[in-house]
Amino acid sequence: MSVPSIAAAADPRRTVAPFGRRAAVVTRAEAIGPYRLLACADPAGPAPRPGQFYMLAAARRWGGGEEQRPFLPRAFSYLRRRGDELEFLLEDVGPGTARLAELATGDDLWLTGPLGVGFAAPAPGRTPLLVGGGIGIVPLVAWEDELGAAASTLLGFRDADHAVAARLAREPALATDDGSAGRPGLVTDLLEERLGADDGATVYACGPPAMLEAVRALAARRDAPAQLAMESGMACGFGACFGCVVPTRRGFVRLCLDGPVLDAAQLDSALVAGAGH
Amino acid sequence: MSPTGAEFCGLQLASPVINASGTFDALAALRTFGDPVLEAFPFAAFVSKTVTLAPRQGNPPPRLWESPAGLINSIGLPNRGRDGYLEHDLPALARLPVPLIVNVMGFSRDEVAELVEAFGARDEVAALELNVSCPNVESGLVMGADPAETAALVARVRPLTAKPLVVKLTPNASDPAAVAVAAQEAGADAVSLINTLRGMALHPHDDRPWLGGGTGGLSGPAVRAIALAQVAQVAARVRIPIVGMGGVSSGHHAVDLLRAGATLVAVGTESFRDPAAGRRIAQELEEIRNRLHNSPPKSGQSRPDGSEVPANRRESPLPASGSYTSG
Repeated sequence: MSVPSIAAAADPRRTVAPFGRRAAVVTRAEAIGPYRLLACADPAGPAPRPGQFYMLAAARRWGGGEEQRPFLPRAFSYLRRRGDELEFLLEDVGPGTARLAELATGDDLWLTGPLGVGFAAPAPGRTPLLVGGGIGIVPLVAWEDELGAAASTLLGFRDADHAVAARLAREPALATDDGSAGRPGLVTDLLEERLGADDGATVYACGPPAMLEAVRALAARRDAPAQLAMESGMACGFGACFGCVVPTRRGFVRLCLDGPVLDAAQLDSALVAGAGH
Repeated sequence: MSPTGAEFCGLQLASPVINASGTFDALAALRTFGDPVLEAFPFAAFVSKTVTLAPRQGNPPPRLWESPAGLINSIGLPNRGRDGYLEHDLPALARLPVPLIVNVMGFSRDEVAELVEAFGARDEVAALELNVSCPNVESGLVMGADPAETAALVARVRPLTAKPLVVKLTPNASDPAAVAVAAQEAGADAVSLINTLRGMALHPHDDRPWLGGGTGGLSGPAVRAIALAQVAQVAARVRIPIVGMGGVSSGHHAVDLLRAGATLVAVGTESFRDPAAGRRIAQELEEIRNRLHNSPPKSGQSRPDGSEVPANRRESPLPASGSYTSG
C-alpha cells in the first residue's frame, strides 16, 4: 500500500498506546490533603510522555451509582510513572471521581492510554517556568521531573489544606487564595512577577479555566511562549466522539487528539465551554 | 460458511458486528494506537462518520452530557465535506482490512444525490448509508421522519449507484416501521436502526440547556430496550436486511438484536468506554453462537424421519431469516 502509516511518525510529545482498555490493579491509594493519590500497576503499558493522559474507570460498580452514573471513563493526566507503577491524583468532584476515590489497594481499574499529545521541550536557551493551580498541578510534576534543575515551578491553591499537594513538586513557589500558606493571592500574580524579571521563559501551565486564560493573556502580553494543558468534557479519549473540541485559530480541534497540551498562541481564549464541571 | 461470519447485501463479513456511524474514527484510532488497530480491527465493516457536501465545523461546545446509563451528544456532524473526504480520508481508509460503508447526509435530495454519485463511483467504498435521521440537524429529521419523504429520497438516489444503499432510520418518527417499508419499496437494500433519541439536559446552575446545540441525541444502555422493540417492529414489516443497534455492550445484547430480526449488529457508545469493544462483543457473540451451534437440536428442530428442519423454519433462539448464517 502506498499510503504511509499514520502512526509511524515519531513525535517526542506522545507515546502510542496499546489498543483497547486494559485491566490494572490499584497498588496504593492514599490521601494527600483533600486529594487522593491512586497508583496502579501497568506492566503492559509503555512509558507515557509528560502531559499525556489516561481514561480510567473502576472495573466494578462503574454505573451502579446514583442516577446510574458514572457511565463513561474519566480522563486524568498521570502524575508520575515509577517502574511499572502509574500514579494519578484526583479530586472528588462528581460521580466518576467519587467512585475512583473509593478504590483501595487490590481493586481493579480499567485503563486506556497514554493518550493525546504532551508538552514540547522549550527552545534552546529558554528557561521552563511551570505554573499549576489546584488539581492542575498533576501533569507538571512529571514534566518537572524530566526537565530537572532547569525548571522552576509556581503553584497556587485555595488554602493551606489543598496546598499540602505542593509537596509533590520540587521546591515550588506557593500562593494561596486565602493566604493560609505561601503568598496570599493568585499563582498568576507570581507568574506576572517572574515574567517581568525573566524575558527568556517558556511557560507550561495547567489549572482551572480562568487561571489558564489569565496565563494565556499574560504570556501573550509578554511575548512568552506558553503551552497549556487543558480540560474538556470527554467521552472516549481517542478521537471517536468529537465531544471534547475547543475553539482554536484553525477551528475546533479535538482536545484528546491534538491536545490536551495546546500552544497558547493557537487560542483566542483558554476558557472552554463546559470545562470545570 | 463458518458460524462466525455474516453476509450482508452481498458483502461477506467476518462477523455480524460493525460500528455505528460517528462512534469510531479509524484514522484517529490509528494515530492513537498505531497499526495494532489494523491488525485487530474491532469491526467486520467500517461505517464512516456522516459526510456532507460542504465541510462542517459542528456544534459549539459543550457537546456531551453523561446521563443515566447513557450519553447525550450534540456534535453537529463535523466533517471535511465531500471533496476533503475524497482527497484525504478515502485513500487512508483503504488500508483498513474490512469493507468501508460511507455514511452521507444532504440538506436536499439533490445534495444527497451528489454525495451518492461521488462515493458510489469509488472502488474503496463497499456500500452507502443514508443518514436521514440525525436529530441534531434540522433537516435530517424531516427526511427520515416521514415515509413519503424517505421514499422520494431513496427513489431519487437509487438509480445513481449499483452499490448497496442502507437507510439509517430515526427512532424520532411516529412510525419507524412505515418509514422502513417506504425505504424498501423505493429500492433500499437494507435499513439500520436506531439512531439516537432526541434528549436534553439543563445547565446545573441555571435553566439554559447544557449542550451547545440545545438538544442532543441519547445513546447507550439507556436506549437498548427501545432499539430492541423497534428492530422487532421493523423486522416484522420488511424483507430487506436490518442493521440493529442501540446500547449494545455485550455479546448477549448482540444476540438479542439478531433474535429480534437483525442481520448485523452495530456497536456505538460502548466503543467510547473501550476502543476495542467491538472485538470483545464479536468474540462473545461467537462463543454464544458456537454453544448453540454445538448443542443438541431442540425438539422440533429435526423431523420425525431424522432430517433437519430448514434453518428458516426452526424455532431457534437465533433468527432464521435470510443471510444470518448461524445455522
